[in-house]
Amino acid sequence: MKPRYWMKPAAHAILLLGSAVMLFPFIWSLCTSLKNLNEVFTYPPKFLGEHLKFSNYLHMTDRFPFDLFFFNTLKITVIVVVFQLVTSSMAGYVFARLRFRFRDGLFGLYLATLMVPAQVTMIPTFLLMKFYGLLDTHWSLILPGLVSAFGTFLLRQFFSTIPGALEEAAKIDGCTPFGIYWRIFVPLSKPALATLGIFITMGTWNDFVNPLVFLSSMKKMTLTLGLANMQGLYSTDWPGLMAATVITVLPILIVFLLAQDLFVRGVTLSGLKGE
Amino acid sequence: MKTRTSVLYKDGFWAFLMLLPNIVGFLMFLLLPVLATFVISFSGWNLTDSFQFNGFRNYKELFQDPVFPQVLGNTFYFTLVSVPVGIVLSLLLAVFLNQKLNLMRFYRAAFFIPVISSMVAVGVIWQWIYNPEFGLLNYALSWFGIDGPAWLTSTHWAMPAIIITSIWKSLGFNMLIFLAGLQSISESYYEAADIDGASWFSKFRNITVPLLSPTTFFVTVMSVINSFQVFDTVYLMTQGGPARTTSVLVFYIFQNAFQYFRMGYASAMAYVLFFIVLIVTFVQFWRQKKWSIY
Repeated sequence: MKPRYWMKPAAHAILLLGSAVMLFPFIWSLCTSLKNLNEVFTYPPKFLGEHLKFSNYLHMTDRFPFDLFFFNTLKITVIVVVFQLVTSSMAGYVFARLRFRFRDGLFGLYLATLMVPAQVTMIPTFLLMKFYGLLDTHWSLILPGLVSAFGTFLLRQFFSTIPGALEEAAKIDGCTPFGIYWRIFVPLSKPALATLGIFITMGTWNDFVNPLVFLSSMKKMTLTLGLANMQGLYSTDWPGLMAATVITVLPILIVFLLAQDLFVRGVTLSGLKGE
Repeated sequence: MKTRTSVLYKDGFWAFLMLLPNIVGFLMFLLLPVLATFVISFSGWNLTDSFQFNGFRNYKELFQDPVFPQVLGNTFYFTLVSVPVGIVLSLLLAVFLNQKLNLMRFYRAAFFIPVISSMVAVGVIWQWIYNPEFGLLNYALSWFGIDGPAWLTSTHWAMPAIIITSIWKSLGFNMLIFLAGLQSISESYYEAADIDGASWFSKFRNITVPLLSPTTFFVTVMSVINSFQVFDTVYLMTQGGPARTTSVLVFYIFQNAFQYFRMGYASAMAYVLFFIVLIVTFVQFWRQKKWSIY
């Protein structure tokens, strides 16, 4: 589009205003986390208190073991990401490249489950975990996260775009189907795998419903559930709550700032250009 | 010494082996639960009694439950407001962002940070913003001489507050998808329009909007499906209140399943949700034939 002379200043004005609306709540929560309790309840609101009060961060673990929550979340996220990437990429390769009976019917089933709301599967999963005595263990969050129809679908789509010539050459050299997957497809799709990995990380780290349903004891909780519980109990300790909020958001924010382009790719890839 | 006919070179063998972990998980946690929920929805199961079928009783009760129409209404209210507003805003932002700007990366990051933050964190922050006495929002409104409402505890304003937060959180995601769609539109259309002396607005209306319709369609379908399943925001910010004005479908399913332990009833409701999502998706696909240009 040939730019009009007013387009750029107008765009900057609107985008700056929008960015302010997007970022201000976070900045405000950071400021609130550095106040003492009285300074929070002043009217009109002030940006910062008299002194920056870092003790909200230091005393965070007094009432709630946020360090433990952090490691719980990290453990669950890492395991889910690694396994889901392995299962999705293997199955994606099989659906994209190998020939066997029932392949298309089976893949159709996978696609069909993409339409199913998460709430539909939650009740039987809860009963299953109850039956095997896995309620209130991290297994109840890890096991359902090991496989994803979405990840399988995404990687199948990506593997379908890899040209067949490489495969043919590898076959002639005596490579097994698994060898082709491991030596050709995985190395060639590192960006796609990283993108999916980022998505799984985001989903698992921020997941709230599943911890809420499956976990009950304090020492098992994830960050999101811990924060929600803290809010239930200390709903007026805004500085403490905001400090905990900042701690919850910070790790994923750092990951995002380091891998911004991967995130953007991921959104575009999942959009599949609307095709 | 392996020969070419060895099992190691058979597609079928490797397909079975490499699919196995995925299939097991898929069956255990996706396919079988979907079928199990269907079965449970025809029972009066509440975790303590023995499992007994009771035919269509849950479904009958659903249509007599006075809360159910209210919950459906709230869900439709949420969807019908948040989806169009969210789409229009994110499209406009994407159009402004789709040019060579200096601060491009900063803008993109700023709009995307709410997307990556957990809903729990967002919920805590916004509850503080909506606080009627000390909150920022009412303070900002007071500059314009507006006496702000008690947002989350007002039967009238709690749902709009939930909608504002939801739009704020998902704006960046939709904006990025629109941006990708805009970047795939060929420049030559605009050049031709420039030769004809078309105005900026007429180019937007007659080139951008029609050519972007596949992307718009995708964003619409995704947004509608997601908004029918809104839960976190409601659970964290209002607990469905005040006076059930923000109780949405999934919140009511959650309450029945994990607070009242009425597994059968909750399963029936989950299937109604499933059915609604299917219908909405099919209607949109059917309509897409009419409003997409390929």
